[in-house]
Order: sequence, then structure tokens, then C-alpha cells
Amino acid sequence: MSKVEAILSQLKDIAANPKKAMDDYKAETGKGAVGIMPLYAPEEMIHATGYLPMGIWGAQGKTISKARTYLPAFACSIMQQVMELQCEGAYDDLSAVLFSVPCDTLKCLSQKWKGTSPVIVFTHPQNRGLEAANQFLVTEYELVKKQLESILDVQITNVALENSIAIYNENRAVMREFVKVAADYPQVIDAVSRHAVFKARQFMLKEKHTELVKELIAEVKAMPVQPWDGKKVVVTGILLEPNELLEIFNEFKIAIVDDDLAQESRQIRVDVVNGEDGPLYRMARAWQQMYGCSVATDTKKGRGKMLINKTFQTGADAIIVAMMKFCDPEEWDYPVMYREFEEKGIKNLMIEVDQEVSSFEQVKTRLQSFVEML
Amino acid sequence: MSLTQGMKAKQLLAYFQSKADQDAREAKARGDLVCWSASVAPPEFCVTMGIAMIYPETHSAGIGARKGAMDMLEVADRKGYNIDCCSYGRVNMGYMECLKEAAITGVKPEVLVNSPAADVPLPDLVITCNNICNTLLKWYENLAAELDIPCIIIDVPFNHTMPIPEYAKAYIADQFRNAISQLEVICGRPFDWKKFKEVRDQTQRSVYHWNRIAAMSQYKPSPLNGFDLFNYMALIVACRSLDYAEITFKAFADELEANLKAGIYAFKGAEKTRFQWEGIAVWPHLGHTFKAMKGLGSIMTGTAYPALWDLHYDANDESLHSMAEAYTRIYINTCLENKVEVLMNIMEKGKVDGTVYHLNRSCKLMSFLNVETAEVIKERNGLPYVSFDGDQTDPRVFSPAQFDTRVQALVEMMEANMAAAE
Repeated sequence: MSKVEAILSQLKDIAANPKKAMDDYKAETGKGAVGIMPLYAPEEMIHATGYLPMGIWGAQGKTISKARTYLPAFACSIMQQVMELQCEGAYDDLSAVLFSVPCDTLKCLSQKWKGTSPVIVFTHPQNRGLEAANQFLVTEYELVKKQLESILDVQITNVALENSIAIYNENRAVMREFVKVAADYPQVIDAVSRHAVFKARQFMLKEKHTELVKELIAEVKAMPVQPWDGKKVVVTGILLEPNELLEIFNEFKIAIVDDDLAQESRQIRVDVVNGEDGPLYRMARAWQQMYGCSVATDTKKGRGKMLINKTFQTGADAIIVAMMKFCDPEEWDYPVMYREFEEKGIKNLMIEVDQEVSSFEQVKTRLQSFVEML
Repeated sequence: MSLTQGMKAKQLLAYFQSKADQDAREAKARGDLVCWSASVAPPEFCVTMGIAMIYPETHSAGIGARKGAMDMLEVADRKGYNIDCCSYGRVNMGYMECLKEAAITGVKPEVLVNSPAADVPLPDLVITCNNICNTLLKWYENLAAELDIPCIIIDVPFNHTMPIPEYAKAYIADQFRNAISQLEVICGRPFDWKKFKEVRDQTQRSVYHWNRIAAMSQYKPSPLNGFDLFNYMALIVACRSLDYAEITFKAFADELEANLKAGIYAFKGAEKTRFQWEGIAVWPHLGHTFKAMKGLGSIMTGTAYPALWDLHYDANDESLHSMAEAYTRIYINTCLENKVEVLMNIMEKGKVDGTVYHLNRSCKLMSFLNVETAEVIKERNGLPYVSFDGDQTDPRVFSPAQFDTRVQALVEMMEANMAAAE
């Protein structure tokens, strides 16, 4: 097994077995884990406690049964899965769950956690251009910090927080580089591997993830860049899973040369900038600087333009919109983006992502015909 | 002599509803500004600036009630709006696209010519507020983008912890001041602070009389048919900062008080049970829902939806924190515990015997906590409830047969409880 294969295999294992990743961490450090609901949270604060931050992004192919009691069928697919897992007690080993509420579904879900872990809720301000919004978010973060300290019985010092911020900034920078490397080497980093590298970072300490990804990048970059005889796409949406779906991308030689997925590149888009202000204030500023996301209000509606730019910059043949079923913030962005893509003559396709589904024949046919058209 | 002199409340309602739209058409014709606004966004700033206001949610509800929603939903569908998006929003985006096409081509699309929609002009700016949902952020982003016009946002953060903290009020009040600055630039003239005070006073008078109407359902039997609140809502939404709302609501409240004194009740002698309606009205089937309940002798004497506009605040508070609190304390913008408290208070005041929950396909925020809300309330006051599937404006979701069966079951439970208590 080559070094590249070995690193990818390790990251794939972690991505596929979050429970094991958490148990190993507990065994190794004696500390637990804190769950993070989508989409954004001041994860650095959890890292600073020494607890393992664990992303909560649903599951694949689980039949929804218990969750039906609490959620109607038109709740988004990812939250149906999360609710089902809550009911099964899958998250009960988490020492706490951190909940942001940037959409109506998350507001409701934050009030009805069915597991046993304590839930910490905070609200992102949406009038993001204002200094008052930063001040509001700093206070929200201060309250999150107090609750974490009380629940986990640790003190989050500024020294620890600054250290965590530096670790996260480095990880984000390395992942941004990884996105470029993956685009240059689709023969080496296929769609499944690319996703695994992103997904694993949800279940491991970022410094360890950074180390592995740096090594991976170095190994891959030592290889010659080969011409790609397939197609290149930019993908956008909440997430693009499971592997069965990504394997269709591989089968039809569709390389993902950039993404705007909430689970992937949106998590690494903006850093917590350095400066003289306190860490919580700078973390709040990061939310202000976020762009191109359906739950970060933008009256200029820059997401479509951002995607068009990504398409031009990467030389992509098309944009694929991975629409999370029943995710209304994403559904509201779509018509404006669609019009903008069409006006620029950019080929685009919308596919539905439903985590409950286990058959992918329909999407396979659609992707196949789309690729033939490119 | 005033045109409205001697008019009954119902006539005033029709008159002022139509006048508000006419005001906007005239403003547009004069070259003055027209603003489209979210239903619980503060109108005080725009009204102070003399900007004519149009309320897309009310407009969409009207289209739905007049059976015109499908045409507009189809226009939105063609533009890529998923059926999962709020139907108020989809109807409005469909309507906006028709107006835009007419403005560009000079020809009204046929679908618009044949629409029962009230004729309102395109906006020059929009203002939105997420106190009733974050969908209103997305919807107004799209309006601003598609029309290339300014969008004023009043963000009221979800109150996950009650009471509302000062830092949230400070953030909202700062946005009020920012909205004022934005308007000064848009209008090209300074904000009139003296008039602003008058507009806030006016708003409070409208709210006062609105609350007088809602309070009439405390009497048993009730002189107020709760469904009337759905009809009169148009003015508390669209005209609360004008005297249109105050005049109409005062007249209606006076009529109800006179009826109460004279022993005239909404259901005459047929009020057998009283219920709470939780959720938005099913506008395309409003008549069916009302008649079905009336047929069972059950009167609505409690509903939190029209009470969203109980926007009382201290108009003398120049820090604007009181006004900020009024706009953020909307029960669906608060934690479950507070939501439960608000509904239980409404149930108590209206002396209701049970609740009908509208599981609204269009409104995730007013649906996804229904199970928990209903369970907690049932545990605390023991009153029965049922839920039905519906939608505020998409007529396809509601099934009259399902509604009838569910509410019959509720009425049976309510009557059984009453019999047991006697």
C-alpha cells in the first residue's frame, strides 16, 4: 500500500466510524466529546476544553421510524436522521451538544432534543454587516463558554483558546490547499477519497488531521500532474453523501474540482483573523466574514456569483447542485442561482440528496445523461 | 363629511384594505416610494418617511382565499421554486415575476390579467424581519436580488432563553437606528424624529384596539367569532401605523361591546364548546374550516396567530429597547417553554375546551414543535387536542374530509369532558 493509500485509508476509516473515533479518543485522553449540530459553531471553544468536537451530520440509509412521532415528513432529510439517532440514544455518550439555530428547522430541533446530553443553544445574528451583530454574538459565545465550562467542569483560558484558534486556522488553510490538490490530481484523490478527507476532520482533533493532510498533500504533489480525460464539476449544497453516490461520480469520471458544501468547504472558508481583539470577538467576526452560504443572510445574494467564479477559476465543465431534501434555505437560493448560471451559459444539474434513500439508480441515470451532454 | 362616517366595522375593513392598496398605486404613480414588508417587520420607520407599504403575506393570503393561488404557484414553480418553500413566498414570487414581466415588456402576462389578486405595485425597497421565521430572510433576499432594490433587515435573534436579554434588545435597537440611516439615504432626506414619535403612538393605539377585540373572546358565550380575527388581521398587518387600523378596530370592538351588553353572541345560542386554533389559517379553505366548526357548535375563542400583532411597547422609550422587545417576543421566536406559556395563557383567557393544531406544510417553524407543545399542554391542563394537515395558501394540501374527521373527534372529546364535569 502506498503512503497516499495508507493515509486515505486511515481517514476513510475515521469518517466511516465516528463512534470508534470517539471511543478511542476517550480511552487515550480520558476526556469525552461534544457534539456539534450543523452548520456553524465556535468549535475552537470545545477544542480548548480538551474534549473532542464531533460533527453531527445525520446518517445514511436509516429508515425513519421513531422520528416520525416527532417530525412530519417534510422536515429536511438530515434532521430526520438526526432525530432518529437521538431517539435511539446514539448521541447519549456526548458530554454536551452545541446547537446553532440559523434556520427554522434548527430553531425547533434545538427545543426538542430526545437524547440525554445537555444541549447548549446559541443564535447567530443575521444582520451581519453591523458591529452590533458582533457584540451580540460575543455575548452569545460568552454564554456558550460559561455553559461548556460548567457542564464539562473545565476552564477555557484565553491561552488555550488562542492555541485552538491557531490550530483551526492552520487546518482550514491546509484543507483549502487540499481542495486545489484534489482538483489537480483527480486520478489520485477521487470523489470518495476527497469526501473522506473532509468528513474525517469532523471526528478527530484538527492538529492530527492537519498532520495527515499535510503529509497526503506532500505525497500527492510529488507525483506528476496527469491530464484528466473526464469532466470537472463544482458541487454546492449541504452535503454530498453517501459513498454510493460519490462512486457514481467516480464511475462517470466526474472530478469534483471545488465545492461549496456546508459539510466541506463552507467549514474552512473563513479563518478567525489575528489581531489585538479578544478571541471571542475575533471568532464573532469570522461569522461576519462568512459568505456564500444559504443560512448566512446576504441581501446581495453573492452565492451564485461565487459559484460562477469557482467554475471559471477551476475550468469546471458544470455546477452540480446537491439539494438536501426539504432544506428550505437551500431551496430558496436555488432559483436565483439557477437564473445566474443560465445567464452565464454554465451547465448545471440539480440532484436531490435524501439520506434515507439507499437506491441511487435514478440519480445515476441523471448524472450519466448530464455528463454525456457536457 | 368623512367618507367613512357611519360605516360599520366590516365596511371599514373592506374600505381601508382597498385604500391601502390604492395608496400604494397612487404613490407609485406619483413617483413616490413603495416598500414591500414582512408582516411583523416594524413599519414605523417607512411610515414616518411617508413610504407606501404593501404586505406580501397578506397579499398572498388574499390570493389564496380568492382561489387564485395555483396560477401564481405555477409561475414560481417554473422559476425553480421547490414546492417545499413557503406558499406565501411562492405565490408572492410568482406575482412579482408577473409584475416584473409587465414592467419590462409593457404587457401584463395573461396569468396576471386573469388573477383575482389585488393590484399592487412593484416595490422600490423591501424590509424584512425574522421574528416569525427565517424564511422571510431568504424570500426578501430573493426579492431584493431579482428586482435589484435595497433590502432593510431587522434581525431578531431566536430567544432560546427567556426572558429576552438586554444585549438582544440592544442589538435590535441598533438595527432600528441603522434602518433609519438606510432610509435617509434611500429617501434622500433626513428622518423626521417628531413624526416617528407620532407614528409609534398611532401604532400603539391600533394595537390597543386590536387587543380589545381579541379580549372579547373571554366572555362565555362569546360575542366574538374568533375567525373574524383572521379577516380583520389584514389591517393590523398592513395598516397598524396608520389610523386605518385604529378606526376600524375601535368600531369593531365597540360593536362587540354593544352586542355583549345586548346579549347578542357570535353563535347566538348555539355555542356548545370553545376551541383554540394553533397555527396560520388555511386561507383557501377558510370557509370550510369555519363552517365545519360552527356546524359542530364549536367557537374559536383563542388563537395565538392574530395575537402576533399584540405589539405593545412604550412609545416614549427613546432607547427603542421597548419597541425591540415587542418585535422579538413573538411566541414562535422563543423557546418551547415560553411558547407553551403563551398558548396556555390564551387558552385560559378564552376558556377553551381543546385545541386544533394546524400542521402547516408551508410553515416549519409553526409545525415542528407542535407535538411537544401539545403534549406539554395536555399534561398541564388536561385538555384534548387534534392535529390536521394543511397549508396556508397552497390549496392542494388540505383535505376537508380529514379535517372534518379530526375536529369531530375533538368536539366529541370536549363534549365528553364537559359532560363528565357536570
